[in-house]
Amino acid sequence: MLKILKYSFFDLMRSRWSYVYFAFYLLLGVVLLFLNNDLSKAVITLMNVIIVLVPLIGTIFGVMYYYNSKEFTELLLAQPLKRSSIFLGQYLGVALSLSMSLILGLGIPFVFYGLFESSAIWDFSLLLITGTFLTLIFTALAFNIALSNENKIKGFGYAILIWLFLAVIYDGLFLMTLIMFEDYPLDKVSLIGTMLNPIDLSRTLILLKLDISALLGYTGAVFKQFFGTSFGLIVSFVMLSLWVAMPILRIVFKSKKKDF
Amino acid sequence: MKQLLIFSIVLLITSSSVAQPIEVCKTCPISTLKDGIANAKNFDTIIVKKGIYKAHNIIVDKPLTIIGENYPVIDGELKGEIITVIADNVTVDGLFIINVGNSYLEDYAAIRVKNSKNFLIQNLVLEKLFFGIYIEKSRDGKVYHNKIIGDAVEEYNSGNGIQLWYSKNVLVKHNFVQRVRDGIYLEFSDDCTIKNNVSALNVRYGLHFMFSNDDTYEDNIFENNGAGVAVMFSRRIKMYNNIFKKNWGTASYGLLLKEINDGEIKGNTFEDNTIGINVEGSNRINYKHNTFENNGWAVKVKGACYTNIFTENNFLYNSFDIAYNSKVNDNQFDRNYWSNYTGYDLNKNGIGDVPYRPVKLFSYIVNRTPETIILLRSMFIDIIDFSEKVSPVFTPDDLLDHNPQIKKLTW
Repeated sequence: MLKILKYSFFDLMRSRWSYVYFAFYLLLGVVLLFLNNDLSKAVITLMNVIIVLVPLIGTIFGVMYYYNSKEFTELLLAQPLKRSSIFLGQYLGVALSLSMSLILGLGIPFVFYGLFESSAIWDFSLLLITGTFLTLIFTALAFNIALSNENKIKGFGYAILIWLFLAVIYDGLFLMTLIMFEDYPLDKVSLIGTMLNPIDLSRTLILLKLDISALLGYTGAVFKQFFGTSFGLIVSFVMLSLWVAMPILRIVFKSKKKDF
Repeated sequence: MKQLLIFSIVLLITSSSVAQPIEVCKTCPISTLKDGIANAKNFDTIIVKKGIYKAHNIIVDKPLTIIGENYPVIDGELKGEIITVIADNVTVDGLFIINVGNSYLEDYAAIRVKNSKNFLIQNLVLEKLFFGIYIEKSRDGKVYHNKIIGDAVEEYNSGNGIQLWYSKNVLVKHNFVQRVRDGIYLEFSDDCTIKNNVSALNVRYGLHFMFSNDDTYEDNIFENNGAGVAVMFSRRIKMYNNIFKKNWGTASYGLLLKEINDGEIKGNTFEDNTIGINVEGSNRINYKHNTFENNGWAVKVKGACYTNIFTENNFLYNSFDIAYNSKVNDNQFDRNYWSNYTGYDLNKNGIGDVPYRPVKLFSYIVNRTPETIILLRSMFIDIIDFSEKVSPVFTPDDLLDHNPQIKKLTW
């Protein structure tokens, strides 16, 4: 597996798209910091980028890579190699190279800006950690979609749809539900609803740092326990890890059964 | 003859002012403060030396100056009120007063000033108290440089740090009040000035006005209180250059205005509060040069607020800038800086070309269904906020800042 991981990783490192992705984050970081001069504003913009763009790029890139390297995969399958290690190796190669572009691209300008001396280092590391989690989750979802669909167009369609659903539509449905059932106690429902969507979950994690004063304004005891203590942080991270583990397990399961 | 008269007057003045101060200490002939007061004549000075004096119900009924040397401890042994001043021109200085009695029937205070004028209460340290400094039906006094540290946990069985009741023209300056019910409380007290105080960690309010008019409070710091400052049913209150910080919680705010008319709020800083200012039924108030930073809601306007004017304030990184619960608006917003403003300034005059709408649809939704707060900063919310911005349906459509500033304001 490690060998395939290494191959995919270096293959991607050489590819143009990784550089474009890296350059994009680098530019974003530089523009945000050196033209804006205000760390609070930069962190808010970064949050928007991380919870919207990172999943989008993760899904598209994952699907694209799978379809592009299909011939190579088939070649590998002819070798005496475990199927799970072939697909996991490819998956990790894509996910890790994307995460690296993200971390380096955003990290370098912030380090030059003097991050280590500033108090924002924890907020910033939280941003990078959630960004990495989202990359892992959405690349895994993309591999799932690609494994289940031979048709490229269909695969891309589903990939875009799943991103659109989790990033936008889900929140809309969620909001409608909350408003429709406003006469009932909803604090548990709203917390569970957040847990079920990795994008919402990452957003909540960042909100815990950013908008804590507004969040603590709500009366519910469950809310208060969740937001007021480190309990929320721990639960969110556990859920994010589950969100990584589940699609990966499906990749393993699906790849074993798939007829190539 | 004339010279003799002058000589005799001079003699009279010097002889009276040279009067020996009365010393109170454990080994002196006068060993308690009560004896000291009993033996003193009008306008005498009593010096209390270092030591522990167990006493309560000390009544100061003559114009005296009581000075503590190296903070002598007056221990009330939880038996009731400790010092009661009922004469004019009394100074109490430098005492360490502890263990005020607790009662559900009477408001026992560490020091109470009753029906007197020209009093000066300064450099006191109060601990383990019920009520701290209680000024009752008095006028023209000063409460200066005291330190009050309580241990209040619940509202119903604790008292206020400094309380002014039916008093006029009192200056409360440089006090440090901590962990009591209301740090400073004014009821029916007019023309008072509250200045340079620090009021923190109190159970209810840092500063509380009730039915008090024409008061000023400035340069105070209110931090981590149940709620920062509550101004209720008062008129013409001036609030300048105070700092309201970290008042977090479900019903917490930096400043509560309820039924306030004709006030002025200028140069204050509201930072990290759940609600910066909660306004209810308040009219004709000028908000100028305030900074609202990192609050949940910078200003929450509930019903019946008319002709309030917000000019040249900084609204920085609040989750919500302004929240309204109705469609009616009679308040003005002009020349403020809003960090959430996304417009442009083509003619480069420092004023944005597109008016700013400080009330978002989402704040309206949160008002209706509080649980939806969990969707804050979600992309879907941004989309509906944008569409509301383009054509307002739920929020007041005339609530606009026509001259939003492009750069953060400095004064």
